[in-house]
Amino acid sequence: MLSTRSIKTTAKAWAIDLAIRMVDLTTLEGADTPGKVRALSAKARRPDPADPSCPAVAALCVYPSMVPVASEALRGSGVHLASVATAFPSGQAPIEVKLADTKAAVAAGADEIDMVINRGAFLSGRYQEVYDEIVAVKDACGGAHLKVILETGELATYDNVRRASWLAMLAGGDFIKTSTGKVPVAATLPVTLVMLEAVRDFRGASGRQVGVKPAGGIRTTKDAIKYLVVVNETAGADWLDPDWFRFGASTLLNDLLMQRTKLKTGHYSGPDYFTVD
Amino acid sequence: MSRLAVRKTYKLFIGGKFPRSESGRSYLVQDANVALASRKDVRDAVVAARAAVKGWSGATAYNRGQILYRAAEMLEGRRDQFVALGEPEAEVDAAIDRWVWYAGWSDKIAQVYGNANPVAGPYFNLSSPEPTGVVGVVAPPESALLGLVSVVAPAIVTGNTVIVLAAEERPLAAVTLAEVLATSDLPGGVVNLLTGKVAETAPWLAAHMDVNALDLAGVRDAALATSLEEAAAENLKRVLRPPAAPVDWSADPGIGRMTAFLETKTVWHPKGT
Amino acid sequence: MFEYAPAPESRSIVDIKPSYGLFVDGQWIDGQVRDKTVNPANEEVLAEVAWATESEVDAAVRAARAAYENVWSTMPGRERAKYLFRIARIIQERARELAVLESLDNGKPIRESRDVDVPLVAAHFFYYAGWADKLGYAGFGASPRPIGVAGQVIPWNFPLLMLAWKIAPALAAGNTVVLKPAETTPLTALVFAEICQEAELPPGVVNIVTGAGETGHALVSHPGVDKVAFTGSTEVGRAIARAVAGSRKKLTLELGGKAANIVFEDAPIDQAVEGIVNGIFFNQGHVCCAGSRLLVQESVYDEVLASLKRRMALLRVGDPLDKNTDIGAINSAAQLERIRTLSEIGSEEGASRWSPPCELPERGFWFAPTIFTGVTQAHRIAREEIFGPVLSVLTFRTPAEAVEKANNTPYGLSAGVWTDKGSRILWMADRLRAGVVWANTFNKFDPASPFGGYKESGYGREGGRHGLEAYLDV
Repeated sequence: MLSTRSIKTTAKAWAIDLAIRMVDLTTLEGADTPGKVRALSAKARRPDPADPSCPAVAALCVYPSMVPVASEALRGSGVHLASVATAFPSGQAPIEVKLADTKAAVAAGADEIDMVINRGAFLSGRYQEVYDEIVAVKDACGGAHLKVILETGELATYDNVRRASWLAMLAGGDFIKTSTGKVPVAATLPVTLVMLEAVRDFRGASGRQVGVKPAGGIRTTKDAIKYLVVVNETAGADWLDPDWFRFGASTLLNDLLMQRTKLKTGHYSGPDYFTVD
Repeated sequence: MSRLAVRKTYKLFIGGKFPRSESGRSYLVQDANVALASRKDVRDAVVAARAAVKGWSGATAYNRGQILYRAAEMLEGRRDQFVALGEPEAEVDAAIDRWVWYAGWSDKIAQVYGNANPVAGPYFNLSSPEPTGVVGVVAPPESALLGLVSVVAPAIVTGNTVIVLAAEERPLAAVTLAEVLATSDLPGGVVNLLTGKVAETAPWLAAHMDVNALDLAGVRDAALATSLEEAAAENLKRVLRPPAAPVDWSADPGIGRMTAFLETKTVWHPKGT
Repeated sequence: MFEYAPAPESRSIVDIKPSYGLFVDGQWIDGQVRDKTVNPANEEVLAEVAWATESEVDAAVRAARAAYENVWSTMPGRERAKYLFRIARIIQERARELAVLESLDNGKPIRESRDVDVPLVAAHFFYYAGWADKLGYAGFGASPRPIGVAGQVIPWNFPLLMLAWKIAPALAAGNTVVLKPAETTPLTALVFAEICQEAELPPGVVNIVTGAGETGHALVSHPGVDKVAFTGSTEVGRAIARAVAGSRKKLTLELGGKAANIVFEDAPIDQAVEGIVNGIFFNQGHVCCAGSRLLVQESVYDEVLASLKRRMALLRVGDPLDKNTDIGAINSAAQLERIRTLSEIGSEEGASRWSPPCELPERGFWFAPTIFTGVTQAHRIAREEIFGPVLSVLTFRTPAEAVEKANNTPYGLSAGVWTDKGSRILWMADRLRAGVVWANTFNKFDPASPFGGYKESGYGREGGRHGLEAYLDV
């Protein structure tokens, strides 16, 4: 219901640019290479080479081994560098390994860390263990921002999503993130709504603002705008900012660029006019 | 008490499905409410057509021929239905035979339109036709079935996918043809059919940057044809202009409607030990 | 321990009549002379078949002439096309029956008749059906005319497929036909006659006369025949060429071969070995384009041979109706005798013979897959077509030598080249005097692709646009 709001012309153009600025452009494949990461870095800096007025994305999100390459490629761009750590995506590694993973990524130049929570512990009710681990990783991050991936597709219920959101915020997470993109169910609008309510209520209770990042499955401009409407109407306009809301996505970006072009030219564009990186 | 007939809803055909217009509109024509397509339906149809290009153009010519022949079998089965819609019997028969004629071209056009080129050097050099991609087609208004078949079949037999704007005043045969195609083995999205006002939808098709070619066979307004051709120039669509004189759709069509939507690819390879 | 269970295809799908007549003018006539056709896998009699006499052949030719003049040559191409499409569809619908029948009568593995022969038969009719209404676009003039009555004689190695290669283009172009299948494999042609009836093909357009050499001779030398098409041995092909000399008959011949399958040192060896095996053991080697001479570059000879022997040991010889079978029965006692004789000559001339350990059934006609090494160009087994599962292995050192040896034969039907280097494939293809050159593959057939030989492998092409030429007055 909340997402059915009509957005036209100037507001739509503003929303599309905002959505572009919120994209965490992501490549998390076993087949990633320095070449692939450099290409995506260039895309992050200048998503539409044909149009200098197009903003850069928020961040590039890569595996720790690719952080040095990305760090070099993004230098001076203002694009953040996020890295998944803590034995992404399963999180099934000893805590020492997870912390070392995190520290290495930060040392190599990542200024944002996307960690995964221990879903096994969470689902067994060992909340303290989950909490302690987030605290430890936050500590290992040093100055880097910490995004906590709840993997909502594995948490099964909205109650669990809400509980995990609070746990992550209480433990010091700067962002809560829905998914790794590696399980069948990724971000959904209802789950994101639950998380937005959580960050709204958490700020009311603690005074601290925490960001939200739905990731995976958001592929079209239409979807992205629906999310922005929900952000606006649930958490409020304070969250309509790349510092507080992100999209974890890869294919979404080109659809945003295509719609941006449609608004400017008045006719439908096509995939040939946007880069595949 | 006599039985009350179940009426048919005439809808659009996009990506193998039969949606109503995204706009929720219809228009009264041939005593039926027919979907009135919008620019967003054009957009959706282009997406469906583009998505179908890879599979359809990548299918073997033999496979495409089999599928199109199967569609002719289905068409024959609906013969009486087209006659009941007011299509002359001779035209229905000719339309079925025309479909069969084009089905047979699938694995022959490359043999007629391709070439081994005797270049002056130690090189293998072969030119083969390939489909151009997504083709927008405005169907002829005066021949709702035979004319339609005569513009759709040549575009798809070579591996293109199409978005067809049906004859505005006689769309029922077109929707029925879509039903034939939906029950044949033709993959969804190869043929997409929109009913409604050509003057409203055609400009969006002509200006769409993800459409590769336009067949203006059914445009009868010279000013509209020119503006469509101008819009098509933006991404250099291949354009088949409207006919200069009335067309006899029952005559041998030649291979021009196929070659208009083919690219020629030439492959060089050195010869040597 | 790990034994494969027999997986026989049921023969209940075929309904073989005790006796078959001749199919003339849309009717079955009894025929005066009769003989039996047997299952080569167990020598069981399958049916009694007529052997057409000169007067019966004459009746068939007259029926074809009448159908040509009154119906078929005047019918619009689009109507002829629809008949051929019907036939193609019926073949698809009765595919399993035809496959089982072909394997019973011929001895070829069901896997081949089911997956290769019958699908290609249907595809061939589909392909030429599509030409029937567009002959003016085939490059032989704006409105090319048919020739008239075609007399067609086909071999026993691909009985129904060779029928399709003959009848489909003939009918598409507007000719009528009298076809004689081989005396050892008439059954699928006779079922094809039923299919013509089922398709309501006008009487006389297709006539099937069974019989042996005399029937064939009567057909090709009949003065009412305008076009002769023959597939079979070079020896018979020569006799036919003599028989039509001085007449106005148009002639196409698809005859024997002694194809070189050439393996270079940079070839992917495992893939090449699969191609070698397919090249010579497909259809028991009863293939005119079989890769019966293996030319291996000396530097990889040991590796290729070891790999080939390992692969050959896995071949399963036996019941043609068993889906596990790779190699079926030799088609006839006479053919088996010829294979044995030439193999013995190979040993006598000093080549080394090898076959994998292989149990052969007691009844029926069988020959184990065999290779001869140490073969030279001077050996008879390097020159004469054996037409059986027997491979002669030779070596070469340079591409030029490979070409020289490959071309050093009166035949010129096909050749194979195995190398990773594209430019070498094309260099070789330019120089090989053969009608079909397969590169990094072998024994591939498609209705769209012309097939036929150079030199004593015959003349004319079957398949593709070129295949129409034989049946048009050009």
